[in-house]
Amino acid sequence: MDNANFLVVEDSPTMRQLISFSLKRFKNAKIIEAVDGVDALKKLSGPDKIDLILTDINMPVMDGLKLVSLVRQNAQLKGIPIIIITTEGAEEDRERGLALGANAYISKPIQSSHLIKTISELLAV
Amino acid sequence: MSEESKAEKFLELFNKGKEFTEELLRENQRLRYRLASMETEPAKSGASTEEIQRLRDQITQLTEENKRIHARFSEIEEENKDFANRYIEIEEQNNNLANLYVASYQLHSTLDFREVIQIVQEIVINLIGAEAFAILLLDEKTNELKTIASEGEDVMPNVDQISIRLGDGVLGQVAKTGESYYINQDLDASAGSITIERPLAAVPLKIKEHVIGLIVIYKLLQQKDSFSAVDYELFSLLAAHAATAIFSSKLYSQSERKLNTIQSFLDLLTTTS
Repeated sequence: MDNANFLVVEDSPTMRQLISFSLKRFKNAKIIEAVDGVDALKKLSGPDKIDLILTDINMPVMDGLKLVSLVRQNAQLKGIPIIIITTEGAEEDRERGLALGANAYISKPIQSSHLIKTISELLAV
Repeated sequence: MSEESKAEKFLELFNKGKEFTEELLRENQRLRYRLASMETEPAKSGASTEEIQRLRDQITQLTEENKRIHARFSEIEEENKDFANRYIEIEEQNNNLANLYVASYQLHSTLDFREVIQIVQEIVINLIGAEAFAILLLDEKTNELKTIASEGEDVMPNVDQISIRLGDGVLGQVAKTGESYYINQDLDASAGSITIERPLAAVPLKIKEHVIGLIVIYKLLQQKDSFSAVDYELFSLLAAHAATAIFSSKLYSQSERKLNTIQSFLDLLTTTS
């Protein structure tokens, strides 16, 4: 889990900072931020190999579900674990997110300990 | 009785006596052997009476020790449970401190009034977990609280158009007294009774004792069924930071406007002279 590269996709600067703050618990973590799905795809094609994506659902330009779907269709990116972090807490939203290929679904407001545990489990596999 | 039969009789008696005596001797021998072996048994097992006593004492001591260890083990188990609970509490507090740190950092990162309001909205949604809420500001000239930003008009109609006089109803009272208001009952049960005038929670935005507005919560996100104990504290702290940020940005935009007016006036004076 050391030296992992995380991509945080979130339109709210407050949430981006909060998630990034939690990720600093991982030793030498590199946190790359994106403001929407399109920005995230650009960052994914950049020089940094991303180990895990954390994405919101409701974002302008391209939402999180579309991003998950595109990542899963891409041969180079499809193996990257994805965590959806969203205010949408309904069971059908969760099922939809997981069906599209997300590995975990966390509802806001987030608990840092829960986020860390979920990431640790995904990166330990 | 002839002399011969007398002799036979005597011999028979003698033999019987002999057998009896031999038997007694054997029994005596057996008993002596038993006694001797009983006396020598402790020695055979290698333990003297003192040793047995010592071992008995040791057993008693070890039993006591065992009881003490059991008691200590139970105590430690209890302590462990306490530590585990404490750990969860500390994790929660860490989480809240991180939330507070990020929220205050964001709130004080700009002097743009609209941006500050946007950040307050983000905080209320993402950190408090509110679905329908309003941010009200107090107009000190008219003494009226008015909505300046809101979310969730679909679940709480007119949340974007609240206008309440200072001191009127729950909201007016919260603004007047500076005391937070929370519904102290099951949120599901009270869901039907939530109205614009009677929200789930209303927290004053105050700088020291000076109330500049309110954050009013009408509905929490589906996955958040109630306020947790730490939410109240976090909410108040966030409100305090939000109040300063809103107040500073308001003052800043007012001074900017005044500066622009003065600058325009000066420009006018210099061009006409």
